[in-house]
Amino acid sequence: MKNLSSSSKKARADYFTYAGVTIAFIVITLLRNAGSLNRSQQGLLVPICCYIVMAVSLNLTVGILGELSLGHAGFMSVGAFSGITAAMSLANIIPSTALRLAIAMVVGAVCAAIVGFLVGIPVLRLRGDYLAIVTLAFGEILKELITCLIVGYDSNGLHVIFNVNGSKTASDLNLLEGGRIIIKGAQGATGTQTIASFTAGFILIMITLLIVQNLVRSRTGRAIMAIRDNRIAAESVGINITKYKMIAFVTSAALAGAAGALFGLNYSNLTAAKFDFNTSILVLVFVVLGGLGNIWGSIIATVVLYILPEALRGFATYRMLIYAIVLILVMLTTNSPQMKLLLQKLLPKRKEEEING
Amino acid sequence: MAKKFEKGKMVPVPSTAIIPERDIDKTPILECRHLGIDFGGLRAVDDFNLIIGRTEIAGLIGPNGAGKTTVFNLLTKVYQPTRGTILLDGFDTAGKSTEQINQMGIARTFQNIRLFNNLTVEENVKVGLHNQEPYSALTGVLRLPKYWRQEKASHERALELLSIFNMQDLANTPAGSLPYGAQRRLEIVRALATNPSLLLLDEPAAGMNPSETAELMENIVKIRDTFQIAIMLIEHDMRLVMGICEGICVLNFGRVIAKGTAEEIQANPTVIEAYLGKKKEG
Amino acid sequence: MEFLAYLVSGISLGSVYAIIALGYTMVYGIAKMLNFAHGDVIMIGGYISYIAAVNLGLPTLVAVVCAMAVCTVLGVVIEGLAYRPLRSAPSLAVLITAIGVSYFLQNSALLIWGANPKSYTPVVEGTLKLFGGQLSISNVSILTVAACIVIMIGLTLFTSKTKMGKAMRACSEDKGAAQLMGINVNRTISLTFAIGSALAAIAGALLCSFSPALMPTTGSMPGIKAFTAAVFGGIGSIPGAFLGGILLGIIESLARGYISTQLSNSIVFAVLIIILLVRPAGLLGKYVPEKV
Repeated sequence: MKNLSSSSKKARADYFTYAGVTIAFIVITLLRNAGSLNRSQQGLLVPICCYIVMAVSLNLTVGILGELSLGHAGFMSVGAFSGITAAMSLANIIPSTALRLAIAMVVGAVCAAIVGFLVGIPVLRLRGDYLAIVTLAFGEILKELITCLIVGYDSNGLHVIFNVNGSKTASDLNLLEGGRIIIKGAQGATGTQTIASFTAGFILIMITLLIVQNLVRSRTGRAIMAIRDNRIAAESVGINITKYKMIAFVTSAALAGAAGALFGLNYSNLTAAKFDFNTSILVLVFVVLGGLGNIWGSIIATVVLYILPEALRGFATYRMLIYAIVLILVMLTTNSPQMKLLLQKLLPKRKEEEING
Repeated sequence: MAKKFEKGKMVPVPSTAIIPERDIDKTPILECRHLGIDFGGLRAVDDFNLIIGRTEIAGLIGPNGAGKTTVFNLLTKVYQPTRGTILLDGFDTAGKSTEQINQMGIARTFQNIRLFNNLTVEENVKVGLHNQEPYSALTGVLRLPKYWRQEKASHERALELLSIFNMQDLANTPAGSLPYGAQRRLEIVRALATNPSLLLLDEPAAGMNPSETAELMENIVKIRDTFQIAIMLIEHDMRLVMGICEGICVLNFGRVIAKGTAEEIQANPTVIEAYLGKKKEG
Repeated sequence: MEFLAYLVSGISLGSVYAIIALGYTMVYGIAKMLNFAHGDVIMIGGYISYIAAVNLGLPTLVAVVCAMAVCTVLGVVIEGLAYRPLRSAPSLAVLITAIGVSYFLQNSALLIWGANPKSYTPVVEGTLKLFGGQLSISNVSILTVAACIVIMIGLTLFTSKTKMGKAMRACSEDKGAAQLMGINVNRTISLTFAIGSALAAIAGALLCSFSPALMPTTGSMPGIKAFTAAVFGGIGSIPGAFLGGILLGIIESLARGYISTQLSNSIVFAVLIIILLVRPAGLLGKYVPEKV
């Protein structure tokens, strides 16, 4: 009976996460309807949802599978631009923005999954820091490849030019009258209809949580965590290492792709340069500070760290400096043995003082 | 269910190999022919021949660095052999991976314990049951009825297996925080969960005290009797080896220097020399 | 002739990468950490030498020495304050701290010197004309290649001949054993950071001589590429970093000249990926399989 209680404890943690996200969504929606959120605060809602999905999905690779990925933004980028292309191409055919947004996210997820699979073939053969540097390399490659894309749509369908030496422009698409340019190479996607919504973001988070948490609590998740803890032992009990690494990696990429599509459809202008190495690192920081393998932690860390620089806007010039210092101090206090000792010494003292005072 | 085997007479099959008399009319579970591996120029294992009967408890002994663990690594294809063949239940294992070897029926434990430290004891066993209670990743994500059915089955099976070593109560402890002896036992349970026909134990008694070792000996025999499988073990504790192993193979410098029953090995002058060194002449 | 010109610019760019990569590889070899702040130390080195030369009017050589001194101190301070307390922490924690340090340096530079690019005066002027003026090689290129070779040889001799160098190698193999042999591990690691940061300062001055726009983000991309070069050549290996840097520079320059400017980084990274698949530990690295 003791055993059942433990597995139900884990299940409770999962339900707690769903409940927490739902309550947050309801509270924010109420605040918004009551007009308590200003424009810039409202503008943060969709990106926060996207980054939560990014962090939770990266946690699958870094925390659950245990492989350091430094190119997660690349998948987001693939999802964003394929999602934008899908949504813009379907603009005349499907009038419902909600349906188009859903299709765009699915397209983004599928494209990112395919790219994730292709990237995974070489990447997952490597280990440790070598794997990390290669994911970084892929992230940069994806960014540059997308920068070379010129995409347009007209009644004949999609037109795509791959602009290798920078000599081509959007006019080379030879679009028919009424056609529209969707992606203009280095200028990125311009004139995108911003159909992303906070509700869609909430739904995407819930789906992501469902996929990641259920995966972790299943046979597949156990296999993935077994690989993380001890690859050789996992092999020795008959687990196909490549298959399960790939499942984790592709799932993570697909979710990042869906988040990318939502993110892309939240801005009328978007360049591939937005999804560079720094974005990958930003998401990695969310994951590490939230706790490896800790899904709820990823969500909280994302929200806090995404809002922190915005909240520090008052100190505009110093805000990134403060952010950097906070980051270093948090890492030092949570990981250094001396700091832990120091904290232990300080904390009980304060309690005593409270009692005495 | 458990069929007890008396420790019986050993007969030669063929002239160089011995297996228990009761296993004589069945295909041997394992047959190694001229197995060998080189690391650089070093012949770590050379011309290793061995036959293990269906329900035999076999011992692999030898001084440190003799190549015992290397033999296990060859059998489980952690290393691909340079020479020779391994037949598992009559099937050639050439070109198979570690994971496929396990699915073919060899499970093992490790000399330096390799548990999934961040998973609980029960989860460790469930990872062992990976191919026994299968369902797809999608079934798991969508939590289809099959998921609940298989999870329930593997939960029950895991507790049943843990009960061999009376470890049911530890089911929810993280494996990494178990005491040393319990970690070794958990490794055996995890290996058993993969439903092997040959279980390889690499120094199962290392770090155990005499009473724990005695208990382990009983349990090894019990496992063989319950599951009716062959067990091959590497061990330095001679009381354990001589007490439960039927056929014993002695390795030195990567070569087999003696094979036989406990009595034969104990009387073999080459073995004594390998362990204690050569008596000074004169 | 065109090819030769690309090759020459590739080799000189590669030499800068190699100098940075040498710093990276030494730090990685001993501290087993990706020091993401290394690129930003290069940037600081660039700014210090710029200020010393332009604002204080010091001679170029003295300015570079000043930059080296400041960066050495900076490197040692960063190591002591941010990395040393985390010596036994998981590698991801150290990585995130390094990223924090990188943000810190970039944003400090932004506050102190502003976002506007400063135009850096090359450390040496003039060009050398060959083949009747068909091929021109700038003196900066020659200086860079020479500096790189001298540094590489110097470091190789240092690590193989001197007591401190041997201590460094011992620490990178096994810190515990090195400590038992009476080696002061912390001091050795500090020294490694000092050397790496001094090299970064030299690299900063040379890098800015090639592309004179000096900004707070100047160091990031060269830092990443130099790390790629170190991995390419086999991380932890000094000749590997040298070889990796030079090859990376040549590939980048040729790719830019013959294939595509926009995709030059992609081509560099693609070559890295292919090399790692064929040789999982880089060109000169040793692959150590996990022991079972």
